[in-house]
Amino acid sequence: MNLQQLTSSAKGLVKSFGLPRIIIGLFLLSLFITAPFVGVNIGTSLSDTFNRFGMNAVMVLAMVPMIHSGCGLNFGLPLGIIAGLLGATISLQVNIPGPTSFLLAILFATPFAVILGWGYGQLLNRVKGGEMMIATYVGFSSVAFMCIMWLLLPFSNPTMVWGYSGTGLRTTISTEGYYRHVLNDFLSIQLTDHLTIPTGMLLFFALLACIIWAFLHTKTGTAMTAVGSNSVFARASGINVDKIRTLSVIMSTWLGAIGILVYQQSFGFIQLYMGPFYMALPAVSAILIGGASVNKASILNVVIGTFLFQGIVTMTPSVMNSMIHTDMSEVIRIVVSNGMILYALTRKAEVTR
Amino acid sequence: MGLLGENGAGKSTLMKILFGMDEIHQTGGYGGDIIINGEKVQFSSPIDALAKGIGMVHQEFSLLPDFTATENILLNREPLKYTVFSELFGERLNILDREKMDQIAERAIGRLKVPLDKDMMVSQMPVGHKQFTEIARELSKEATDVVEGIKLLVLDEPTAVLSEQEADSLLKAMRLLSESGISIIFISHRLQEIIDVCNTIMVMRDGQIIKTVPSQGVVIADIARWMVGRDVGSSKREARGFDYENTPVLLSLQNLWVDMPGEVVRDVSLDVHKGEILGIGGMAGQGKLGIPNGAMGLFPAGGKVIFEGKEIALNNPRHFLDAGMAFVSEDRRGVGLLLDESLEWNISFTAMQIQEKYLKRYLGGLLKWRDQAAIEEETESYVKQLEIRCTSTKQKAKELSGGNQQKVCLAKAFAVGPKLLFVSEPTRGIDIGAKSLVLKALRKYNEENGTTIVMISSELEELRAICDRVAIISDGKVFGILPATTDSAEFGLLMIGQKSQVLEGGSV
Repeated sequence: MNLQQLTSSAKGLVKSFGLPRIIIGLFLLSLFITAPFVGVNIGTSLSDTFNRFGMNAVMVLAMVPMIHSGCGLNFGLPLGIIAGLLGATISLQVNIPGPTSFLLAILFATPFAVILGWGYGQLLNRVKGGEMMIATYVGFSSVAFMCIMWLLLPFSNPTMVWGYSGTGLRTTISTEGYYRHVLNDFLSIQLTDHLTIPTGMLLFFALLACIIWAFLHTKTGTAMTAVGSNSVFARASGINVDKIRTLSVIMSTWLGAIGILVYQQSFGFIQLYMGPFYMALPAVSAILIGGASVNKASILNVVIGTFLFQGIVTMTPSVMNSMIHTDMSEVIRIVVSNGMILYALTRKAEVTR
Repeated sequence: MGLLGENGAGKSTLMKILFGMDEIHQTGGYGGDIIINGEKVQFSSPIDALAKGIGMVHQEFSLLPDFTATENILLNREPLKYTVFSELFGERLNILDREKMDQIAERAIGRLKVPLDKDMMVSQMPVGHKQFTEIARELSKEATDVVEGIKLLVLDEPTAVLSEQEADSLLKAMRLLSESGISIIFISHRLQEIIDVCNTIMVMRDGQIIKTVPSQGVVIADIARWMVGRDVGSSKREARGFDYENTPVLLSLQNLWVDMPGEVVRDVSLDVHKGEILGIGGMAGQGKLGIPNGAMGLFPAGGKVIFEGKEIALNNPRHFLDAGMAFVSEDRRGVGLLLDESLEWNISFTAMQIQEKYLKRYLGGLLKWRDQAAIEEETESYVKQLEIRCTSTKQKAKELSGGNQQKVCLAKAFAVGPKLLFVSEPTRGIDIGAKSLVLKALRKYNEENGTTIVMISSELEELRAICDRVAIISDGKVFGILPATTDSAEFGLLMIGQKSQVLEGGSV
């Protein structure tokens, strides 16, 4: 009797948390346990995991508004990233060193995110039902377009342009001296030699997550969820469905822009040209692994998903590498991250009913 | 034989059982025996039924639009020619014997004696010819060693989509067929046709056979009464005198047209008085559902909607809701509910968005925060009031039964506190207990709050039970408005598009 109750409640727990997440979670745990035995420093591993979590979480958060309004997964994330890149490069062009440059980058990125997001939203309103496919190509084509623009735009800060010609932006630009590690180092806690917690970056993510959570509790946020849940119902309740959808796309695009700025400050470099090209899939996968579906997502999904995804991607290569004593970390990293993406995308079909 | 009955009386279901359709087995099967030529049969699929010589023409066309009549008639039963390739690769590479196909098609069309071009694409045909193609397909199924020739033909409302002339030629063809020894079961809502063409008439209601009579000497009024009346003349409603002279008109529809697929409204003018319950009835597809959907703005509409003396702009639900009207849709799952959300959300959402109820304001109204406590309280009260059966107010709407979902839809509309409430098919697909509760709730709401209610329903008895007046819509127009106390046979006549002498030229 007692045992039955126990198993049934355990089953309920498994069901509510989701079997895939438990399996991935256990796998991640086993990696952490194996790590010390094969000579991988656990402190460095944890530190890396936290770091990558903070770098990517905001971009995963950028999925949430569009999922809520029924626009599907934001495969057009590169568009938001481009807004962020424009903010970053303009901020560097203005040439104010130190943490101020980070604020300036956010400030400059915002109008681009709003304008691009608005246009992107108008486009998605015309292709209801096929958003995700269109979004993918919006992302791809905007990246290609910007490849031209990075060469042509009249930037002149010597840290950014090609040294030999004096025009055109470099593929990678260092944020050293500007906003490198502004969030990472803010209130950061050095626990051991190897283990540092990037408090500032995690706090910044928490702040954005709180804003989104709060927004979803307002009148407009409620309307957004309803539009995603049943757009005909929303229309019959007097909601302007297209307007709400556009708003959600603008929010997602803006979060994408902020997300890449957070990424850059931790990574230390701004990556232009093909940089944004492959950013959407890991973010999409992370939120799916976190338990979100195409029209339902919560902040908790973002946190769990990003942690699991980035944890696996960080840990597997280093542990495996140490086990087989050959330098294959990059290969393993690619295999694992793409494997996770593949798994997550197949899961998508399951949940769409 | 003619088979008659209201919508949902069970005619089509009976025919589906006879034809061995999958739906029947999937939804619970049937009991009893089917006896054909003295032999008890049990069909597990339409193929078995076809083998026994039963052919069926369904309400909806099942034709391939880009194929010719001949190809449609003989689809998958084409006579084949052998070629070299079939020797090598098997029967799949046989080619079609076009000449023989033409012959068979011609013979089948010839039996109907209609001018049907066998080489015409189905997509270019007028509706009547599509119908003939379907019938010709059934007729072309001639006896072979495995399959018996067609003996019984079931026609499910073949005339519903036809013009009068087309219907006439179809009826002629049917007579020819029956003379040649094919039995026909003919389902129709056009009573005159049935009387004209059939030998026997069978009337169904609520899944039971009410009457089986020879067609000689039967008049339309009789059939209408069998079809509609539960207890003709002794309905159990308490009539209440409604004073039309002294109550103002609350809502006035003028020349309303609505382009709602399947329920086109052509020209409806209707006055709704303050405080009354107006019923709108009529056969399916005549446009009664289009009226509220169009007035609300869910489908493209034109004409004038005047509420409390002000014209309401059409084609935008917001204007309709802002004016103080509400609509409970007939499409509960599609329009009426957020299936994946809690009851709280379902009930409070419209009121929250339109009237800013259940919101807390911060920062001088800039931040409008959802007031969870107020929503819970309101939902609780509706759950009690309407006896919504649920595990908690947090339960998802999709987990409730149809009747309880309907109650949630009503609660949603009540939460808005409308001056005028459109309720569309409130009892469709729900059980008898829930039905009476829903109707009672509507009546009570009308009496206690003075809310004017316009109720659209296919069930006439239900309209007669709670409404003050009932308008019958036929062919997208108001065909007549009668006090609910009128004999149901009169309504029955109106519904099938005929006015009795008493009513000729006048309505209330």
